[in-house]
Amino acid sequence: MSRVFTTIVARDLRLAARRRVEALLPIAFFLVSISLFPLGVGPEPQTLRQIAPGVVWVCALLAAMLSLTQLYGTDHADGSLEQMLLSDASGWTIAMAKALGHWIVTGLPLTLAAPLFGLLFGLDGRANATLALSLLLGTPILSLLGGLGAALTLGLRSAGVLLILLILPLTIPALIFGAGAVAAVEAGLSTRGHFSLLGALLIASVLLAPLATGAALRIATE
Amino acid sequence: MSSPAPVLAASQLACRRGDRLLFRGLDLALKPGQIVWLRGRNGSGKTSLLRLLAGLSTPAEGTLHWDGLPLRQAGADYRRRLCYLAHANALKDDLSALEALQFLARLHGHAGDEAGCTEALRGVGLHSRRHAAVRTLSQGQRRRVALARLQLAPRAPLWILDEPYDALDADGSALLDRTLAGHARAGGTVLLTSHIDLNLHDPAPITLQLDDLAPR
Repeated sequence: MSRVFTTIVARDLRLAARRRVEALLPIAFFLVSISLFPLGVGPEPQTLRQIAPGVVWVCALLAAMLSLTQLYGTDHADGSLEQMLLSDASGWTIAMAKALGHWIVTGLPLTLAAPLFGLLFGLDGRANATLALSLLLGTPILSLLGGLGAALTLGLRSAGVLLILLILPLTIPALIFGAGAVAAVEAGLSTRGHFSLLGALLIASVLLAPLATGAALRIATE
Repeated sequence: MSSPAPVLAASQLACRRGDRLLFRGLDLALKPGQIVWLRGRNGSGKTSLLRLLAGLSTPAEGTLHWDGLPLRQAGADYRRRLCYLAHANALKDDLSALEALQFLARLHGHAGDEAGCTEALRGVGLHSRRHAAVRTLSQGQRRRVALARLQLAPRAPLWILDEPYDALDADGSALLDRTLAGHARAGGTVLLTSHIDLNLHDPAPITLQLDDLAPR
């Protein structure tokens, strides 16, 4: 299992390194869309601090979705996906490897960039740390669920929009508990419940989403 | 020589594409040392049959057995013994020829080390272009990189090749002829499609005509 897994992750990272501009687009989208909020809502510090966690989370969500449409598309078109399915690894392994590759390229940079925006929005240290931690737990969920959407919409016309419509509702729990954790810190409450639920969501996604993704990939290549 | 047991056996196979039945009642037994040439008109279901046999799709009717075991049960074990080369070369444009081959090799249980893959590329005459991006290679050269997988040791016993001669020049075709004959003589099995006549004599290919099996 581990050989195919590391092979796919290493290749996806290498491909991302070769196409740096394309790999950086979701991050650029994240930066630009977040910067629009102070302009649109107004520079009132109190308001900005209040909306900060939600804004950062929603923008991270959209940025992750944006980069997912091509997760399996090119592999499907050039026959690589078929060869992956013909390896001795399970569909779960392949889906997990692709999701991990996607997370390292988008989820991780988003998580690292988020505290910067927390500062811009006037979040204090504790709230900022909570925001980063919630994204650290939450962005892998987005990659895993998004991978499922990408596999389900593989080969369809307007797959991009369909993917977002399919997957966004599934990510709502992660959004609520992720943004909610920061709000709880701001209100001086414990974040333990929020993080427990985010962790549970992550575990459930790791166990179930790649299984469904593997099945969807086999159907798509049939 | 007594005839050995088939490695891959299909019985009463039928394939459906949408509403159309491509073929039905196909019996096939691939044995060690055989080269089977699958023939048929365009659209007669050659590629569909190869994909069925590779386990990428499921037949509408009929059964498939690998070493006496149903294909579904054989699963990963069967995929380890199989080398399936599709019409698409499965090479990434942004990788070099060597990296693309290493990826495919590792995926299929080879060591995928640089020395071994370089040697395989030398075997298909692309040694000097090994660091060139796949994007810059011609169609024939890409086909050669994909075919370099056949040079990697250890060899999978069953080769299923979809139009392997596609885009190859005379030199490349002769090389592929030698590789296929060598594999069959070493006890391997080859199933391939080709729209050009095969120039194989030892062993002579067995022809399987798919047109005869199309439902009237």
